[in-house]
Amino acid sequence: MTEKNTVSTESAKDTELTNWQKIDRMEAELSSNKPKKKRRGGMKFRRIFGDTVGQTVLTVLSILWIIPLFYLFVQSFRKEPGAWSPTFFPQEWTFDNYIRLFKETKFLQWYGNTLLIAVCSCIITAVFVLSVAYAFSRMKFRARKPMMNIMLILGMFPGFMSMSAVYFLLKVLLPNNYQSHLSLIIVYSAGAALSYYIAKGFFDTVPKSLDEAARIDGASRFRTFYKIILPLSKSIIIYTILVSFISPWCDYIFVSYIMAGVPDTGMYTVSLGMYKWLEREMIQQYFTTFCAAAVIVATPITGLFMWLQKYYVEGVTGGAVKG
Amino acid sequence: MDLSFYRMTPLQRFVHKAKSLFKNIGKGFVGFFVRIYRGVIAFFLSLGRGFREFFKNFWYGDALTKTSHLFIGLSHLFRGQIVRGILYLLLECAFALYMIFFGGRYLAMCFENFFTGGSVGRAETSDFWNEELGIYDKVVGDNSFLILLYGILTLFVIAFFLIIYVNATRESFNLEQYHIIGKKPKGFRSDIDGLLDNKFHLTLLSLPMLGLFLFTIVPLVTMILIAFTNYDAAHEVPQHLFQWVGFENFSNLFAGNSKLGETFWRVLGWTLIWAVLATFTSYIFGMLLAMLINRKGIRLKKLYRTLFVATIAVPQFVSLLIMSKMLDTGGGILGSGGGIITQLIESLFNYHLKFGIDINTTRICIVLVNMWIGVPYSMLMCSGILMNIPNDLYESARIDGASPARRFFKITLPYMLFVTGPYLITQFIGNINNFNVIYLLSGGGPGDIMLYTDGAKGTDLLITWLYKLSLGVDRNYKLASVIGILVFVISAVFSLVVYNKSSAVKGEDNFQ
Repeated sequence: MTEKNTVSTESAKDTELTNWQKIDRMEAELSSNKPKKKRRGGMKFRRIFGDTVGQTVLTVLSILWIIPLFYLFVQSFRKEPGAWSPTFFPQEWTFDNYIRLFKETKFLQWYGNTLLIAVCSCIITAVFVLSVAYAFSRMKFRARKPMMNIMLILGMFPGFMSMSAVYFLLKVLLPNNYQSHLSLIIVYSAGAALSYYIAKGFFDTVPKSLDEAARIDGASRFRTFYKIILPLSKSIIIYTILVSFISPWCDYIFVSYIMAGVPDTGMYTVSLGMYKWLEREMIQQYFTTFCAAAVIVATPITGLFMWLQKYYVEGVTGGAVKG
Repeated sequence: MDLSFYRMTPLQRFVHKAKSLFKNIGKGFVGFFVRIYRGVIAFFLSLGRGFREFFKNFWYGDALTKTSHLFIGLSHLFRGQIVRGILYLLLECAFALYMIFFGGRYLAMCFENFFTGGSVGRAETSDFWNEELGIYDKVVGDNSFLILLYGILTLFVIAFFLIIYVNATRESFNLEQYHIIGKKPKGFRSDIDGLLDNKFHLTLLSLPMLGLFLFTIVPLVTMILIAFTNYDAAHEVPQHLFQWVGFENFSNLFAGNSKLGETFWRVLGWTLIWAVLATFTSYIFGMLLAMLINRKGIRLKKLYRTLFVATIAVPQFVSLLIMSKMLDTGGGILGSGGGIITQLIESLFNYHLKFGIDINTTRICIVLVNMWIGVPYSMLMCSGILMNIPNDLYESARIDGASPARRFFKITLPYMLFVTGPYLITQFIGNINNFNVIYLLSGGGPGDIMLYTDGAKGTDLLITWLYKLSLGVDRNYKLASVIGILVFVISAVFSLVVYNKSSAVKGEDNFQ
């Protein structure tokens, strides 16, 4: 309270001064606060010292960061069974885990399922997102603003909240196979329109004069979209496809809900099947197999991500960051 | 901000800023309701305008226009737009059939007891004595959930039909005007062509919006209404009916003295603490890391970047599950030493890591592991923007003798916060809903039956609790739905705090 009082009395005093006087006083205070340090040692020494420290810190950190993944990799070659090993590296190396993965488990089936779901849902998602984004970015119609507001609101509800109703709806629409891949494709891609925001942000940056020029030359909206805008938006197309392709590989929450209680484990996706391997009853038997499967799942996804990283960063920074 | 701010001591500045933050949150909270209010008002105003136009058209139209208020499309049929007229008539027939044979019944069953608190649906599944066969037989009754779903679907169908109906009547009035001045209306062919040109948005939006409507909007509205019923394991469909209960679920949850209420406030508290911690640790350390990698003298930049990014490129369920197993205590099985990190800590510091046993230890571990995933993500995000900061700012600061720390706090941090504000808020909301990190790492973590009830545990967020409630043994859908609504309110308030300020949204207004 006392602090507040002093501030208020000071500001009362300030009212008598003009603004210029205030600024002068402030500058004087600031310059008196300025640290007056003497430079010790040459600039060069300091720079080299800083670089060495930085390099060391980075090396240590990057090793720390990569160790868990490396652990996963080496454990996939471990021969001794069980969940826990006392040493970081396996005591005996083997390739059996991988062989077992393909011969004894349904991993290959899961992999195929996930691939199918990912490909289908990423195509649908890309088409949906791009067309919604273009419509909101370039077309003028009465419902535009209300629709965008409604979609903003819808996006704030947790996506999982409506799952039990979706489940019932799928049961009605696909009475015979509601716990199927088709259901999963629908779940992953039907609401895709909600994530139009980043693509719209991109289309907004494409100059409108391009559209107008094409329109003057007699091109229809469809032609402008197809022939002019789409070829210019390679990065955003790749971003949309990349994100929607990866999400079925990583999703656990939706697939576990849709597939709850399915007796045929061959219907699973990789994430669901592999999650089951780590449950209390299975882990002693399947831990090393899990590691092998994880390596096989993660390698192509990681490679894809690394390869298309540039587009990913462009998409995220372009859409989420605005001054 | 007035000049007196610059005269405060750092402590006063901090207090001032904290105050303004809370003021903003308060404003966001008030703004949330103000916006709802404004939206409702605007909706009714536009509805009123529509009605006025509708009655004007009806009043001033001739006999044909007046009849086409009953049979839409009649006016089109006789005034040159034959295909369109037939389509309108067919649509009206379809709507009438839908309402008579399907929609009307479900709509009535769904909402007839809405205010009186009765059940959704009429006949409950019951056993009766079948004398011919000599056994108890089952009479399958109504399925409350499906009735609710169909009732809501019917409401939307009615709304859509009304929109089309009003449009058609407006068109028929316009057609009459055309007829009077002797202008020929557009044919069906040009309507079709328009779908690829000036009406292209209809083509673009129809399928995505249908998907959104069927699989997001209808289920979401259904689940919101579930919050006002007593749908849970004791009222599981189709064996039982559930009833409308009004705001009972909300008052149960907010009652601070019941155990459920206490559990709720605990989970909410941890959710908010988690969201703040997770967002800011990842953000600050990610930015520092990006600055370090961007530093002039550092070599092998690309290698470092690749190594860090590897953790986010690996699917989360793989990286998080392996982490949870590395931290595992071994589950009390004799001879098993637990995960590799637990063993390492035990042998180095002689300390047994109680991950999954002690609540606070688990929480700290989760935040740390989240940094493992979150820091590279913010690094990726920040490094591009960091390079955009004008270099002369640093140059002049250096000449004036500012230390590196001072340069960071006075130039880098303000610039970054200004530019990445919207990103931060999306991260914050994303963390409130961060199912993966919590569920895959600790599964909600150690529970304490003295403190928590209804399946919630020590590290559960609202979203993982929601998941457990709707999939667990209790099947407490009503509570899950209430929690979903509350998560929405929280996200909406925090987004409004930022969206009100950011220019990204304001710029949207000057469209074309």
